[in-house]
Amino acid sequence: MMAHLPVFPVLIPLLAAIVLLLATNAGTGTKQAISAVALGFLVSAAGAQIIAAGDGSIHVYRLGDWPAPYGIVLVLDRLSALMVALTAALAVPVFFAATSGTDTRGPHFHAFLQFQLMGLNGAFLTGDLFNLFVFFEILLLASYGLLTHGGGLRRARAGITYVVLNLSGSALFLIALGLLYGLLGTLNMADFGLALQKVAPADQAAVAVMCGLLVSVFLLKAAVLPLGFWLPNVYTSATLPVAALFVIMTKVGIYAIYRIVTIGLSAAPFTAGLLQPWLTWLALGTIGLGCLGMLAATSLGFVVANLVLISGGTLLLAAAEPSATAISAALYYMVQTSLVTGALFLFADAAGRQRGDAPLSGFIGKIMMMQALRESPHWVLVWTALIVSGFVAALVLARVASVFFWEPGAPGVPEKPEVPYEPAPGLSLALVLMTIAILAVSFLPAHFVSYSSAAAEQMIARDAYVPAVIGDPAAIERERRP
Amino acid sequence: MEALVSIALGVLAASGVYLILRPTTFSVVLGLTLLSYAVNALIFFGARLKSGAPPLSIPGLADQTDPLPQALVLTAIVIGFGMTAYLMALALKGKAESGTDHVDAGERK
Repeated sequence: MMAHLPVFPVLIPLLAAIVLLLATNAGTGTKQAISAVALGFLVSAAGAQIIAAGDGSIHVYRLGDWPAPYGIVLVLDRLSALMVALTAALAVPVFFAATSGTDTRGPHFHAFLQFQLMGLNGAFLTGDLFNLFVFFEILLLASYGLLTHGGGLRRARAGITYVVLNLSGSALFLIALGLLYGLLGTLNMADFGLALQKVAPADQAAVAVMCGLLVSVFLLKAAVLPLGFWLPNVYTSATLPVAALFVIMTKVGIYAIYRIVTIGLSAAPFTAGLLQPWLTWLALGTIGLGCLGMLAATSLGFVVANLVLISGGTLLLAAAEPSATAISAALYYMVQTSLVTGALFLFADAAGRQRGDAPLSGFIGKIMMMQALRESPHWVLVWTALIVSGFVAALVLARVASVFFWEPGAPGVPEKPEVPYEPAPGLSLALVLMTIAILAVSFLPAHFVSYSSAAAEQMIARDAYVPAVIGDPAAIERERRP
Repeated sequence: MEALVSIALGVLAASGVYLILRPTTFSVVLGLTLLSYAVNALIFFGARLKSGAPPLSIPGLADQTDPLPQALVLTAIVIGFGMTAYLMALALKGKAESGTDHVDAGERK
């Protein structure tokens, strides 16, 4: 049973989604029950994974029992377990929030939700680059359905832009994968770094270009400047519980960059410094764009969408300086910022219905990032960007709070007819869960920080991951390609 | 042979990119289709151009090609096909609701 643990977070949502598709004509209550049971199992599996990976062991699951690097493997380490748990922690409140009326606007909401979770968990667990592409497509396909859920011209148009953008991204992803396989002869992540060390000098330029192309696809998913302009429009077009779930989708791009940088690019001298000149500036630009967007925002949803941009930029700073302290701080910040922005989207949903209270901002995580990046050559700029973005976020959120709650007739907020009080128990429960999670992460940081620093050290070290996945590197028979 | 294939792929991809940048959704869908043809062929040719050799991996067999790109390209074709079908449905929905095929229809002016 425990041997199959890595595959559970993929299988549970898949089975639930199939059952939900078969039960298309069932009532809303039945669908919610199926989805809730599956989420319960998923949360248990995520918890079991945190415990299993917490001791530093690396669990390798060979799909079809073909050995890596030829077969596809799922790899459960501390980072994967953390990301799966974070996804589950967002999915539960999103589920409850969606039961307050959103999920009845189309027949397949819960099936899409489960497929989305399957794609997310698979992307976090896989140890193979091509399999990562497949799980990306699964989560994207589900996200297309979730984005256009609820209907309307604005969603259909936002959906077309989003689909075209991601299909173009997938084409670039496939070009990078096809040529990297042609040049290296492997797509296994653990083997990737080893293969990079053996690239002939004549091929190094081509390999470096393909690695850059691969990372730029992840930058598109993470919505980093100049590939991040799509995010605010798409996120504000979706229904707000869906937008809250989409917060984790940009983190998939960030996760993929962390993984590929630590396991692959830092292994070989000619790729180790490949991204450093670019990532810091792109990250700073993204933070700046997010700040401007926040100041210009006219709705709470747009404010939060720009907060997602800022947090993506902040997380990218750690990939530019991939030291254990920087990544540890970034992982802690990732948990905090995902929960906070997710909660703010749900809160924006609630603010449309009733009045509530605003949660905290990702303050401790940012302080940790600042300490970790003190050694960076650009530390003055980085500190300035983080302090200014935090200041702008506080300013805009304070302004939003005062405009929304204390000035009923304020300029810029159209006078709405008094909406009759509608009880939304699911949404309230979702906000309570989110607030508890954020308070736990913010005020009991010791547990989270010790886990995130252990995860970061495991990522940097590589010496456990690579042998666990592919055994003795010397035993792999590597054909020399013409 | 390599030069011919490279030129064909380049022309296919360039036509695809040109069509993606056109202002009607239908051209965009066609462009994505062309682009995905080019990409799929590129993955396939990642195993190098070699005719008459079986796609096997048997130690000792002299004349063989790498079978993995063929498996990869199958997956990529299926996914690309499904995505294009979804995009087509979405484009039709947008056209039905706005009455036009222009990509900016329904934008707030």
